[in-house]
Amino acid sequence: MSVNADWKPRIVAFCCNWCSYAGADLAGSSRLAYPADVKIIREPCSCRVNPMFILKAFERGADGVILCGCHPGDCHYSTGNYYTRRRMALLFSMLDYIGVERGRTRVEWVSAAEGAKFSRVMNDFVAQIRELGENVKVGDLRCKE
Amino acid sequence: MQPGVVFAQDYQYMCSEAGQNIIKDAIKTHGLTGVVVCSCSPRMHEATFRKAAAQAGLNPFMVEIANIREHCSWIHKDKEEGTEKACVLMRAAVAKVTLNAPLKAGESKVVKRALVIGGGIAGIQTALDIADAGFPVDIVEKNATIGGRMAQLDKTFPTLDCSSCILTPKMVEAKANENIRLITYAEVEEVSGFVGSFKAKIRKKARFVKEDVCTGCGVCMSKCPSKKGLNEFNMGLNNRSAIYIPFAQAIPNVAVIDKEQCIKLKTGKCGLCQKVCTAGAIDYTQQDEFIEEEYGAIVMATGFRPIDASKFDEYSYSTCKDVVTSLELERIMNAAGPTGGVLLRPSDGKHPHSIVFIQCVGSRDVSGRGKPYCSKICCMYTAKHAMLIRDKYPDVEVHVFYIDVRTPGKNFDEFYRRAAEQYDVDYIKGQVGKVYEENGQLVVRGVDLISNEQIVLNADMVVLATAIEPDPTARKVANMLTASIDTNDFITEAHPKLRPVESPTAGIFLSGVCQGPKDIPETVSQAGAAASKVIGLLAKDKLTTNPCVAHSDELLCNGCSCCEKVCPYSAISYETKLINDHGVKETRRVAMVNEALCQGCGACTVVCPSGAMDLKGFSNKQIMAEVDAICL
Ligand SMILES: Cc1cc2nc3c(=O)[nH]c(=O)nc-3n(C[C@H](O)[C@H](O)[C@H](O)COP(=O)(O)OP(=O)(O)OC[C@H]3O[C@@H](n4cnc5c(N)ncnc54)[C@H](O)[C@@H]3O)c2cc1C
Ligand code: SF4
Ligand code: SF4
Repeated sequence: MSVNADWKPRIVAFCCNWCSYAGADLAGSSRLAYPADVKIIREPCSCRVNPMFILKAFERGADGVILCGCHPGDCHYSTGNYYTRRRMALLFSMLDYIGVERGRTRVEWVSAAEGAKFSRVMNDFVAQIRELGENVKVGDLRCKE
Repeated sequence: MQPGVVFAQDYQYMCSEAGQNIIKDAIKTHGLTGVVVCSCSPRMHEATFRKAAAQAGLNPFMVEIANIREHCSWIHKDKEEGTEKACVLMRAAVAKVTLNAPLKAGESKVVKRALVIGGGIAGIQTALDIADAGFPVDIVEKNATIGGRMAQLDKTFPTLDCSSCILTPKMVEAKANENIRLITYAEVEEVSGFVGSFKAKIRKKARFVKEDVCTGCGVCMSKCPSKKGLNEFNMGLNNRSAIYIPFAQAIPNVAVIDKEQCIKLKTGKCGLCQKVCTAGAIDYTQQDEFIEEEYGAIVMATGFRPIDASKFDEYSYSTCKDVVTSLELERIMNAAGPTGGVLLRPSDGKHPHSIVFIQCVGSRDVSGRGKPYCSKICCMYTAKHAMLIRDKYPDVEVHVFYIDVRTPGKNFDEFYRRAAEQYDVDYIKGQVGKVYEENGQLVVRGVDLISNEQIVLNADMVVLATAIEPDPTARKVANMLTASIDTNDFITEAHPKLRPVESPTAGIFLSGVCQGPKDIPETVSQAGAAASKVIGLLAKDKLTTNPCVAHSDELLCNGCSCCEKVCPYSAISYETKLINDHGVKETRRVAMVNEALCQGCGACTVVCPSGAMDLKGFSNKQIMAEVDAICL
């Protein structure tokens, strides 16, 4: 657990415009609360999210990153989330390698109709990040002693 | 205040007229180059605020929304925490907007003409609806006549009206409509371009009969000495002459010569038809013709065929003449068919007394021999066949082997129950293991799954409700149109629920069974839906394209082709051009995005190993600026 009592997790949620962002909107209009630590960035498609964005987020100090897209088979662009799925599988093993706990990154499929799921997922993810505590910033080790 | 921000104002109803005026005034008085609205979801009012900005002279894409309602105030009870988050969201939007670039929605022209590939009921209906709205349409049909499979059917469920009685008027209408051009005995060979302006090259095969001269009198057919061609229209149950009109109501009602069968074309001798044709329509020297035309929209309506029943040895289709497919039975029952509509079995022309139907032949078959899907129409047409036979020939015993009877649809279950209850059709839940001939008698062996008993039935005829599969040309056509196609060769819709008649490729629409198994009512409604989408497109004078499209930096691109492979819309192509790389002039192969095709998913941006591909409106820098603002 974190030593810093004031610590609040910084969580970046990348959401695709067509499903998950709309799912988050539905969670909002249904007043299904989740912690304010989650901040959403809108993307056209989950496949727009370059794994580099996630690495960079960890470098900048994010404690958790979650990527949400349409359910496989339901992608607005038909195949986008299949790419996402594969890329993220690779990213997971890389994060593992560089020592970022597996639990800090997550992929979830949330449709526009799943406001309740969105809220549940976020509650769960934030709880998990709180459990893991503050992240050690992923640093760029080049040119350092 | 956040760096870059020169003016901030709060107002309760920003989306109202008054709120919008505040934005417009601020843009003018402060000479703003960007606007952030902290409000409800951009999915609600992004368009409203962009429009307001445009009215004040600011590029509409210089507006960003911070969603502080759905994503913040509505879900966070703790006011302090909520306000803190709202500030972060605002900061992220400001960080993004400072990196926004003015974007201009591109424009592309719309050629006001549609192409329909396939002239079955789907293609005909789509074309009629488009033509009625005042737009010219070409139907390209590979056969010598339009009509498709429906022309081969006898009666149609669930109303039992005669198929040609309802189809022929539509065929005639398609011929008579001045907005419709029928290009029969033809196939599309090449398609290029994109939504609004496709170019197609169509090969019109030589008929060896002048289409505009032939009167359809049919004298040639009776005189032609080469009479051993299989009559495709009658599913090969009888023969036709080398020169033929597919069926009496064919449209166009024009003869065609089968060049593989014609003695004159093969050996140079004969020429009888030319001698007897008083109209002088025969031309043995006719060549294939090519038609090139531009289209704003293309509809695929290539339909289906029944699968080959001989793959299923256990039913002895290839060895026993009296084992027929359902489509063959349609022809046998049809007054214009090979038996004049009298139910006679093919082997000896005798009246059958017992008929066994086997459903799901090759459907719902995961063994790999058949199709994994349900063909959807077979339960209903088998009930139709059973009922029609029992009605006309009450002496005939009818048994139906089924796995499940699936009859969802208006009046469908009632229809099936009528067959089972009113017409005493013997429905047996079970599978048939073998059909064989024993001393000149067809025997059907199966299991009744309800009583768990072996069943052995003597039958005079066996009818196989064979699965339907997409026309074998479907894949080729789909590839030509860059329309996606599934593993069963059915064309994929843009969205299975919300965009069922559009292909993911803009400007390509789907009509009829080429998209998935369906009956006539469903085909016709889908055909109308596809037409209305086409009309909506052709009614536009210009198409505005989504400006948030991919763009590759020529200086960084190494021409590796990675991006092309992931693009679901085939929007990326390559061009070899002279690049001025900081004074060094070099000819290189670089990626080019066609902005009319790109839908802006961003898949290519991630796959690009050289960092050349970026997405306008959601650029790497913009997204990273948001990440930074959040993680600050
Ligand atoms: C035995 C049987 C009985 C049936 N009974 C009924 C019934 O009672 N009631 C009912 O509602 N439905 C019935 N159906 C279903 C009905 O036949 C279909 O719903 C209907 O024919 C679908 O029309 P379509 O235009 O999509 O396809 P099709 O009728 O197959 O038409 C497609 C057309 O496209 C042409 N084509 C294909 N590829 C190309 C190409 N590359 N270039 C140019 N042209 C091409 C074909 O030649 C054909 O003319 C039955 C089907 C079967 C097999
Ligand atoms: S953004 Fe998507 S649609 Fe556009 S070129 Fe890239 S992969 Fe194709
Ligand atoms: S992936 Fe990148 S480098 Fe490769 S061709 Fe496309 S834009 Fe050029």
